[in-house]
Amino acid sequence: MSGAPAEATSFKDRADAALADRILKVAVERTAGTAEAKRAVAVDAFPDFQAARTRAAAIKDHVVAHLGHYLEQFEANATAAGAKVHWARTADEACDIVIALCKAAKAKSVARSKSMLGEEIGLPHALAEAGIGRVETDLAEHIIQLADERPSHIIWPAMHKTREQVSALFKAKHRTPHEEETIAAMAESARRELRTQMLGADVGISGANFLIADTGAICTVTNEGNAELSLVPPRVHIVTAGIEKIVPSMPHAVHMLRMLARSATGAALTQYTTFYTGPKRPGDRDGPEEMHIVLVDNGRTRMREEGLAEMLRCIRCGACMNHCVVFRQIGGHAYGGTYPGPMGAVLTPVLDGLKQSRDLPNACTMNGKCQEVCPVRIPLPTLLRGWREKSWREGLEPQSLRAGLGLWAWVATRPRLYRMGTGLAVRAMRLLGSKGWIRSLPLAGGWTRYRDMPKPAAQTFMDQYRKENGR
Amino acid sequence: MTQRKIALFVTCLVDMMRPRIGFAAIRALEAAGCDVVVPEGQTCCGQPALNSGDTDHAIALAKQTIVALEPYEAVVVPSGSCGGTIRCHYPELFEHDPEWLPRAQAVAAKTWEIMAYLDEQCGWKPEGVQMDAKATYHDSCSGLRELGVKAQPRRLLKPIAGLELTPLAGEETCCGFGGTFCVKYPAISNAIVGEKADAIEATGADLLLAGDLGCLMNMAGKLNRQGSKVRAFHAIELIAGMGDGPAIGEEA
Repeated sequence: MSGAPAEATSFKDRADAALADRILKVAVERTAGTAEAKRAVAVDAFPDFQAARTRAAAIKDHVVAHLGHYLEQFEANATAAGAKVHWARTADEACDIVIALCKAAKAKSVARSKSMLGEEIGLPHALAEAGIGRVETDLAEHIIQLADERPSHIIWPAMHKTREQVSALFKAKHRTPHEEETIAAMAESARRELRTQMLGADVGISGANFLIADTGAICTVTNEGNAELSLVPPRVHIVTAGIEKIVPSMPHAVHMLRMLARSATGAALTQYTTFYTGPKRPGDRDGPEEMHIVLVDNGRTRMREEGLAEMLRCIRCGACMNHCVVFRQIGGHAYGGTYPGPMGAVLTPVLDGLKQSRDLPNACTMNGKCQEVCPVRIPLPTLLRGWREKSWREGLEPQSLRAGLGLWAWVATRPRLYRMGTGLAVRAMRLLGSKGWIRSLPLAGGWTRYRDMPKPAAQTFMDQYRKENGR
Repeated sequence: MTQRKIALFVTCLVDMMRPRIGFAAIRALEAAGCDVVVPEGQTCCGQPALNSGDTDHAIALAKQTIVALEPYEAVVVPSGSCGGTIRCHYPELFEHDPEWLPRAQAVAAKTWEIMAYLDEQCGWKPEGVQMDAKATYHDSCSGLRELGVKAQPRRLLKPIAGLELTPLAGEETCCGFGGTFCVKYPAISNAIVGEKADAIEATGADLLLAGDLGCLMNMAGKLNRQGSKVRAFHAIELIAGMGDGPAIGEEA
């Protein structure tokens, strides 16, 4: 699977390439399959998980409905704690702010802790453009940095790679790689490579899982402790976060944390859960001298206004993609945007435009599993259907589909004509079959390329029923 | 006891592709004491248009269906996906239409998936039905998640003498049919149904059962292409004692 820019190819081409890549399938299945099984166990052991989901959704809905109030409260408290809060309307504005802060700090290199918001605004690219060195402190993000690719999952950015592929990559790119292919040896190689760079970085950049309004604290969760390592040693700490990450208070954050970890990996909690409030205080031995928080809109207010408010509940756990039959077949890169899977299919049209991403909401079987596992009860199929409706109204759907469905609806709203048409259609279809099956069907080549079509009965139900009932 | 006058919504796929599912539905409902009518005005519930974003046509078909089904005490559908469209999505379609919303809600409230209706509303079980076979059951997504159809078909299949029901790995995982999805993204759909077919084969069952003809055509079509011997039926066919007839794709 290549990390080629998504714009260069169509969704179908990327999906075909993914389907042909059997190693990708193995890699995705290993991680998503394990996550699915572990989540099921964790949810079963959780006392009244359904009520907890309802509460989590209510917390987020409340915040989204009163976003201005909580953001102001957060800004006041974060400022009182010594942090500086910046506001960015767009991805470009956000990157400009971060780059200006890095330049003001005379930063030669930054230690970055993985954040999807950072990916969303294109921060790795912006840092490179500005000539600022970047060390990724998250192991998986380090892997994709070495491979020059994009993340393929929001929790496991390198889930598309097998251990064997990672080992080969380390051997090619690390200064002192280990010969053994054991996990321990590979982790050791990454430590040797990263630790000195992390400790030497001038600026640390992280995301935020939650912004806590009543204290101005930032909460981050990692399994590697890399957020701590990237933010405590550097002189300057920059947080980039979407404005919807806010929660009113610590008890709310704790409730969301319980939902996040279980839904993502099936763990009760992540290894490292850290709350940061402001920079180093007088008398503190460690910590950054400056702390900046960049709050990013990038389409979020628009989502609230355009019927996608429920999507702002998303806590980025990845459960929807782990349980999605389509994601499990094609992996994350095929989606072409920052966010893959069902949540990505809702978000990408907001970020990249519907015209470019109309395939994403369509490439879904509407089976509802994503909604069933979402810890904040986002009605993902309904939101995807909303994009399909918009795409239809804007004339972005293929002409063949429009014509086909239009004809079907025209006939189906005329029952007498419909009876005649269906009667003829089944007789015509029967001519194409032999021994009960049709192996090639005009206009349904997509079906018969891979499957046989059962031959219809000689007469429709309605014709038989009317005869039997003497009408 | 007066018989309940209920409407059978046949679904366009059953009408065209496999009428015996409709007749099996009538047979089981009559055995359960229902007076079954097949309203003339019905055609397609509008699901293909709804799921493609063609809301105007979906509304036109929904109105026609509502008019056809309104006069009856209950509406029974041999498909979780069409049943789910009427029950869950019709009220959404008319959310901002004060004239049609109550009518859509009324029809939605009395619409049932057939096996849920027989089990929960009629408290009926098949009697004297024999079928010597080992079967496995796939839970079709809309029935499962929109209408809560899970235990009812299994309760109705249990009394069938000689029928052994064996669990299917990933029985709640989508088969990749997804209505128009399977023709819009055939390669992805094929990869999904390929895994499903392998899981079905791995059960060692003779029969594949489900409650939706769309999913059944997808799975049976893939199994046949792979040269499998597994035979596919809508569960209601067995429940109605019609499991001795041709399976999907077998000549009558």
